[in-house]
Amino acid sequence: MPKVKLPKPPVPDALVPRPKRPGTAEKAGPRDVAKETGISAIDWVDERTGMSGAARWLMFRKVPKGTNWFYTLGSATMFAFLSQAVTGVFLAMYYIPDPAGGAYESVRYLTNEVFLGEFVRGMHKWGASVMVILVMLHMARTFFFGAYKYPRELNWIIGVVLLVLTFVMGFTGYLLPFDQKAYWATVVGVNINGTAPIIGPYLNDFIRAGPDFTSTTLARFYSIHMLLVPGALAALIGAHLWLVAKQGTTAPPWMKADKKGDVGEERA
Amino acid sequence: MNRAQREEYLREYSTLKNQGKPFFPYAVAKDSAMACVVMAVIILMTIILGAELLPKADPTTTTYVPRPEWYFYFLFELLRVIKPPELVALATIGIPTICLILLFLLPFYDRNPERRPERRPVATLAGIFTIVAIGYLTYLGATGGSPNELEIEAPPPIQAAGGEMLASYEAGRIMVAQSGCLACHKIGENGNDGPGPDLTEVGQRLPSQAIARTLQNPTAPMPPYDELATKNPEQFNNLVTFLSQLRE
Ligand code: HEM
Repeated sequence: MPKVKLPKPPVPDALVPRPKRPGTAEKAGPRDVAKETGISAIDWVDERTGMSGAARWLMFRKVPKGTNWFYTLGSATMFAFLSQAVTGVFLAMYYIPDPAGGAYESVRYLTNEVFLGEFVRGMHKWGASVMVILVMLHMARTFFFGAYKYPRELNWIIGVVLLVLTFVMGFTGYLLPFDQKAYWATVVGVNINGTAPIIGPYLNDFIRAGPDFTSTTLARFYSIHMLLVPGALAALIGAHLWLVAKQGTTAPPWMKADKKGDVGEERA
Repeated sequence: MNRAQREEYLREYSTLKNQGKPFFPYAVAKDSAMACVVMAVIILMTIILGAELLPKADPTTTTYVPRPEWYFYFLFELLRVIKPPELVALATIGIPTICLILLFLLPFYDRNPERRPERRPVATLAGIFTIVAIGYLTYLGATGGSPNELEIEAPPPIQAAGGEMLASYEAGRIMVAQSGCLACHKIGENGNDGPGPDLTEVGQRLPSQAIARTLQNPTAPMPPYDELATKNPEQFNNLVTFLSQLRE
């Protein structure tokens, strides 16, 4: 049934709502105050940094049509890295890199005595496996989608460096608890490294800080594991993401732009 | 890709991008959901699997298992697949280095402008092959023989000799079992075939002095036992006795 629109009944003049007189506006409620404070705080920062443009560019840039769940693997890797960073900071509060007695005992103390110590250590241990799996899956995604092609070649190369650094993290971290498995697996690992032609033996002397495993070796692994490589990873992830934001993520390879959009683009 | 193809790609891409949705909130929502999944998986694994701590590292006693973390299994297994000792450097460093260089340079030798996986069969098959190969090697590493089990009968002459000889032999057998030698060596039906040579009849091939020398100064990647030899010569001798009695 079609709707019939009736004209509104006339309203007497006295009942027509009138605009408020100037100066009698409603009192600002606590919500308005909060909103105002927020806005002025952001304004204050923006006035001094000019950052809101960049933030808007980052957050409101468009992501191509057809982007699917496979595109979350990169940020999931980054999230695993952040989780490693946070749990690692807590582990570092208790860890002592001294094989003469400190290292193993400090990990045992952390595992058995400290509140939630074993839990945080477990998260760091299994988080490493999760990060390795995610970085491989993310690489597989970019490979099969041809995302390493023009113009993203450089980002692929940065990605390979990130992959290698992730494995270096796994290798250097494995020694730190200094239990039997950690020690002997690392001895074998370093020996494998030593079979490299020419540079192998020199590289080994550097990694071990001499011809034998000593307390300096452990300290060296520790500082590589918690300063050098994480720093490099963080910086390179920054570069990786900057390039992603600047170039935009690829559309899935089977997506085609439809013609309407094409015309719009031509005009623009 | 030549210049025309590059320009064509950029044009097509900018259209697709314009037809897309803003990063915030659409992509951010998906990424956050995924982050929650990652967190949940890490916490679940932690609760179920815990964080074990084995006995303290000790360069002289040798109850160790030289097993790397699972994601290095595929590199470790390469050593087993490639046997001849002249080729060890190839397996340990050569192949991984070549693969890494190939990975780095991928965008420069794959110059095909096509991006759909089904239309670039060589790249897609190579990718699948790599995944299968890494998966297979990891599986081999995970299911390899236990490095701490050594069931072997003492040979008749030793049993006949009995006494100290038999005791030394047995002590040596336990040393070998505890030391994880079998992670890399095979003795009879026990252990893994490679990366180290088969030790089933090493007593036939080498005199005991040569065995002792090798234990103290082995070829990489085997760890040296010189510390054991100086700090605990008796155990070291048991080890040598056991090994030098291994024959067919
Ligand atoms: C720590 C490790 C890594 C982190 C945190 C990371 C992070 C990211 C993120 C957040 C993106 C945005 C798009 C997406 O999520 O798919 C991305 C894109 C990309 N990543 Fe990674 N990545 C890492 C490692 C790698 C590796 C190992 C490779 C390859 C060798 C790689 C190659 C690429 C490429 C080519 C893109 C562009 C993809 C596109 O535009 O579709 N990344 N990365």
